[in-house]
Amino acid sequence: MADTTHQAFDPLATGSRARQFRAKFTVYALLVFFALLYLSPLVIIFMNSFRPLEHIVREGFISSPRALSPQYWIEAWSTFCIGGNCEGVSRYFSNTLMMTVPATILSTAFGVVNGYALSKWRFKYDTWVFGLITLGVFLPAQMTLLPWAFVLGKIGLSNTIAGLVLVHTVQGISFTTLFCRNYFVAVPDDLIKAARIDGAGFWRIFRRIMLPLSPPILIVCVIWQFTGIWNEFLFGTVFTSGANQPITSAIVAFSGSGTGERHYNVEAASVIFAALPPLLVYVLGGKYFVRGLTSGAVK
Amino acid sequence: MSSLAIRNLRKSYGSVEVLKDINLEAESGEFVALVGPSGCGKSTLLSIIAGLESVSSGEVAIEDKVVNNEAPKDRDIAMVFQSYALYPTMTVRQNMTFGMECRNIDKGTQAATVARVAALLQIEPLLDRKPGQLSGGQRQRVAMGRALVRDPKLFLFDEPLSNLDAKLRVEMRSEIKKLHQNVGRTTVYVTHDQVEAMTLATRIAVMHQGVLQQFATPKEIYEQPANIFVAGFMGSPNMNFFAAKYVNSAEGGGIVLDGGDGSLLPLPGQRQPNLRDGQQVIFGVRPEHFSPAHVARATRKGNPSVIVPVSIDMDEPTGSETILMCSIAGQEATIVCEPDEAPTTGTAIDFEIDMSKVSLFDPTSEARL
Ligand SMILES: Nc1ncnc2c1ncn2[C@@H]1O[C@H](COP(=O)(O)OP(=O)(O)OP(=O)(O)O)[C@@H](O)[C@H]1O
Ligand SMILES: [Mg+2]
Repeated sequence: MADTTHQAFDPLATGSRARQFRAKFTVYALLVFFALLYLSPLVIIFMNSFRPLEHIVREGFISSPRALSPQYWIEAWSTFCIGGNCEGVSRYFSNTLMMTVPATILSTAFGVVNGYALSKWRFKYDTWVFGLITLGVFLPAQMTLLPWAFVLGKIGLSNTIAGLVLVHTVQGISFTTLFCRNYFVAVPDDLIKAARIDGAGFWRIFRRIMLPLSPPILIVCVIWQFTGIWNEFLFGTVFTSGANQPITSAIVAFSGSGTGERHYNVEAASVIFAALPPLLVYVLGGKYFVRGLTSGAVK
Repeated sequence: MSSLAIRNLRKSYGSVEVLKDINLEAESGEFVALVGPSGCGKSTLLSIIAGLESVSSGEVAIEDKVVNNEAPKDRDIAMVFQSYALYPTMTVRQNMTFGMECRNIDKGTQAATVARVAALLQIEPLLDRKPGQLSGGQRQRVAMGRALVRDPKLFLFDEPLSNLDAKLRVEMRSEIKKLHQNVGRTTVYVTHDQVEAMTLATRIAVMHQGVLQQFATPKEIYEQPANIFVAGFMGSPNMNFFAAKYVNSAEGGGIVLDGGDGSLLPLPGQRQPNLRDGQQVIFGVRPEHFSPAHVARATRKGNPSVIVPVSIDMDEPTGSETILMCSIAGQEATIVCEPDEAPTTGTAIDFEIDMSKVSLFDPTSEARL
């Protein structure tokens, strides 16, 4: 996918000097203002994760940082008691990891194969199949709670990470199928015809022709699924409890019943642990994400 | 032995019939050109031969074996697509070996075959490039190469030159002709360019709206078109069609142009149709079968001819020849003549028609008489 370099029209570079200055100043001032506005919660949480508890209690959340220490991060990771379980967030972090990674891989894999089959192999009622699969995109998750609870109970996966993997894989297939099909539709059918004449079958065409064209959409699916599943809260809270909860559900305990003393600094560190992976994934892959969403398969 | 036979073939998409009772037969080693205007079903027919589309009824046989139910890969064919359909993520070399890889041909043979075909098409320097790094003409060669690494029973080409510029097209046309003479395989070649069809084919199949109009040698198609459609489609500029009457006189049959002075244009002995006196006909004359009366090309060749008065409305010199827009007996006509023979616009002069080359058509059925 070659980047097309195009000379964008720059409205800030037109008009008189004074006007140019004023225009630029206004734009940057606004940008800085909003950047600060959006970043301030993160910055405040981050600062407080290093401050001793008595400072926070005495001086409030927003104050000049003194006597900083990384010990609250260590505490948050390994010894902090959450909901009666004193292993820190590490346990829940790994729960979420064990849930997110397989579910992301599985839902992306199914989505790519579905998208390929639905865009390149006509069969009877294929548009219906596609319609039904993508219906999942528009169904509110709350509507699926009861059926899932029933299914998970039936197959004995209630309150397990495996159960959540199943739920997220199936829920995610709607999105990944939609993304992949729409991406593969842009791949010329003649490629498939040529490969069929060359003697390749369904899977060889998939492996040798479609997959090599897929990285942009694979990245989109992986980022979308990873961030979505990692941050997901409802299914985790409803279908798991205690030590089996994903991190998003577990840290809700902080805002809970209000029993005992609040450890704002350790809680801040825990929250950052919970938020970090999707943030990293997006920061590292965001460029490809946008590119993948906007690019066709073959230019 | 017939290499390809199509019998009573029909194809419908839903309620729309796009191929209507096609019958074709190609001898071994023959070059069949499939021509017709856009949307007439050429690509569909080719896809059916390739096995990429199913038939609604009828039979396709390759080397006397009915292949209706065989998958494309079992039909032993090679195809070049209009879009070239090169695999974008593979190098030129991988594009060419992919088919052999699918057929489990050993690596040594693959390499040797690629080397042979690359030399034939002069694409050796391109072997390690991706299709995206090639020019249109180079892609076209690679697409040909991908087909030529096989030794199939049948080559299928779907408008392989239509994406090239005019000059490259003429070059590639003669290369394809040379290739066919070297390789000698039966070839079906789709084009909507009648010049390509005329120059390449041993036989031409002209299609229109899903119906096969005529299947014959280029010479026969050109000289004895089966109907008005074929006559008008093949040849550039188009054949002239004059509304006329057939008149049976004492000296034999002749043509009287509608709107003219009523003079009889006698038909030569071997062109006497079996018509009744006064019957309405379409009189077809190709632009190059006119020549100025003083040049008298037909007479010098010893062909029967007649003289008609022509008034020149406009001339279009193309360099090698001059196209004259004119009127004959009040009907519009196009004449092609050599630039230095061309009369000036606005004049009225006599032209000679080579009567051994004319065609007559029925105005209602449009069939040749
Ligand atoms: N999958 C399809 N479904 C419905 N109609 C189709 C389909 N494919 C082709 N057709 C129709 O069949 C007819 C023949 O199409 P085809 O592609 O064979 O034309 P063609 O002669 O190759 O034209 P061109 O010179 O433009 O390539 C057209 O009218 C087209 O609209
Ligand atoms: Mg076509």
